[in-house]
Amino acid sequence: MRDTSIGTLTAGMPSRFERPGRVAFILYVVGIAFFVISIEGAEMSLSALITGLPNMGRMVTDMLPPSPDRLVAVGWALLETFEMALVGTAFGVLLSLPFGIFATRGLTPSPALYHLSRAVIAMSRTVPDLVWALFFVVAVGLGPFAGTLALVMDTLGFCGRFFAEAMEEAESGPREALTALGATRSGTIFSAVIPAAMPSFVNTSLFALEKATRSSVVLGLVGAGGIGIELKVSMDMFEYDEAATIIFAIFALVVVVERASAAFRRRII
Amino acid sequence: MSAQAAVLIAGVIPTPAVRTLPTPELAVSGLAKGFDRGAPVFSDVSFDLAPGQSVSLIGPNGAGKSTVLRCCVRLIEPDHGSIRLFETEVCSLGYAALRTLRAKVGFVFQRHNLVPRLSVLTNVIHGAQARQSGPGTWFHGLAPRRLREEALHCLDLVGLADLAGRRADHLSGGQSQRVAIARALMQRPRIVFADEPVASLDPSAGEEVMGLFVDLIRRHKLSLLFTSHNLRHAIDYSDRLLGLRQGRLQLDAPSACQDVESLRAFYA
Ligand SMILES: Nc1ncnc2c1ncn2[C@@H]1O[C@H](COP(=O)(O)OP(=O)(O)O)[C@@H](O)[C@H]1O
Ligand SMILES: [Mg+2]
Repeated sequence: MRDTSIGTLTAGMPSRFERPGRVAFILYVVGIAFFVISIEGAEMSLSALITGLPNMGRMVTDMLPPSPDRLVAVGWALLETFEMALVGTAFGVLLSLPFGIFATRGLTPSPALYHLSRAVIAMSRTVPDLVWALFFVVAVGLGPFAGTLALVMDTLGFCGRFFAEAMEEAESGPREALTALGATRSGTIFSAVIPAAMPSFVNTSLFALEKATRSSVVLGLVGAGGIGIELKVSMDMFEYDEAATIIFAIFALVVVVERASAAFRRRII
Repeated sequence: MSAQAAVLIAGVIPTPAVRTLPTPELAVSGLAKGFDRGAPVFSDVSFDLAPGQSVSLIGPNGAGKSTVLRCCVRLIEPDHGSIRLFETEVCSLGYAALRTLRAKVGFVFQRHNLVPRLSVLTNVIHGAQARQSGPGTWFHGLAPRRLREEALHCLDLVGLADLAGRRADHLSGGQSQRVAIARALMQRPRIVFADEPVASLDPSAGEEVMGLFVDLIRRHKLSLLFTSHNLRHAIDYSDRLLGLRQGRLQLDAPSACQDVESLRAFYA
């Protein structure tokens, strides 16, 4: 038995808080100072918030009750929004498969293709969907097609990355077994890797659909189709009760899609 | 000695002792492999495997048994040595030729390595990728009728035809390993490698599966190279026994002359 008293033990007890080093201390001070300046930069102002309160109150009372006048038009716009989300996600997922495979270590046919597809996926992800929408509006004109293309890019950035991760994590045993019996590269991918990663693919695709549904709502603001444009027009024309209808419709769509995808996910996995 | 000379002598002196030896199915010589520039796990491993012969390979954990097997079809690239499979030098083959050669080699792993979410039938049909590529071998629903029937026949050989539609991850360990054997048979192999094929099964399932496996190998007149920690299996199911220890092949003898007790000393 070792001879240790509590006294000698507590000598080695770590102190409750680490004292920051000099560099760390300076970085903290600079960080806090920048945050204070940023409050100024963001024009945070309590008085503006207070004077704005009556405006908000008026707007809310104008919104209630929501106006059913343009319910049919809103319904169609909502349908178009969801169609954009669905088609954009579907094509995005299809495109993500080859890009995902190329971006997976061990499956990619060449290092050049690996880096290229990683770069494409990273770019699709880092450019915001509204920027993609602006770009495609210029390229293919106003309307839902531009929005759908934006959603394809958005989905590629999201799914390409997660598909590649899922395939990298797939158990290596079945793949080795197929390699050992002389299967081609595509044979092992389609019969061992993709089946193993399938639950993850489905899961990711459903998340992508939910994400696309939320994005497709705002794409209309830049004229890329969907219900966003209806909302903008109503707001610009101070038709707040109509705007309220649209907001509720959007809310309903997003909730329905999220619920449906959650239910589907439970059944698949 | 040339074949002609052999015939000549055989004609003159009619003794059964003079026969031309069959060329081995597998001839390994001077094989060495190390990992990550470390010391070689083994070196100078040489052995032959005659057609229809069954050879077992024993040795302590980490001796490199699995690595030897994997090197033989270049699942792991060997560092040195020559491996001749069916009279073809494996190490100098290009990708396509290597695939063609691998197709003739059944490989049964310690873990069954089935694709979990797919059906048993699909997993067996995968064995046909040895000779055919394309979607027809990816999934049983897309497979041509003859492949489906052949796969069902292979499943019948291992006694699992009635489980063809079940998902592979809903099988017991013994059943999974039998499906893996059926998949190897679906390749129509000439030789089969098995790396501790029943080590992950309980003793009774292990006996059953090993017996069935070796029986199928014999019935199809295939050559077999297997590793095992079960010394009874290693002796009973082989014609010859190899022992790998401390990086060298230290034992190469007919199995009939071995007994479990003296082999135990090999692990000391
Ligand atoms: N892919 C690998 N990378 C690095 N080391 C490996 C690899 N495969 C096997 N080894 C090492 O080689 C040695 C032999 O392994 P293995 O062939 O599995 O032994 P055995 O099958 O006889 O138990 C072990 O020390 C193991 O750690
Ligand atoms: Mg091993």
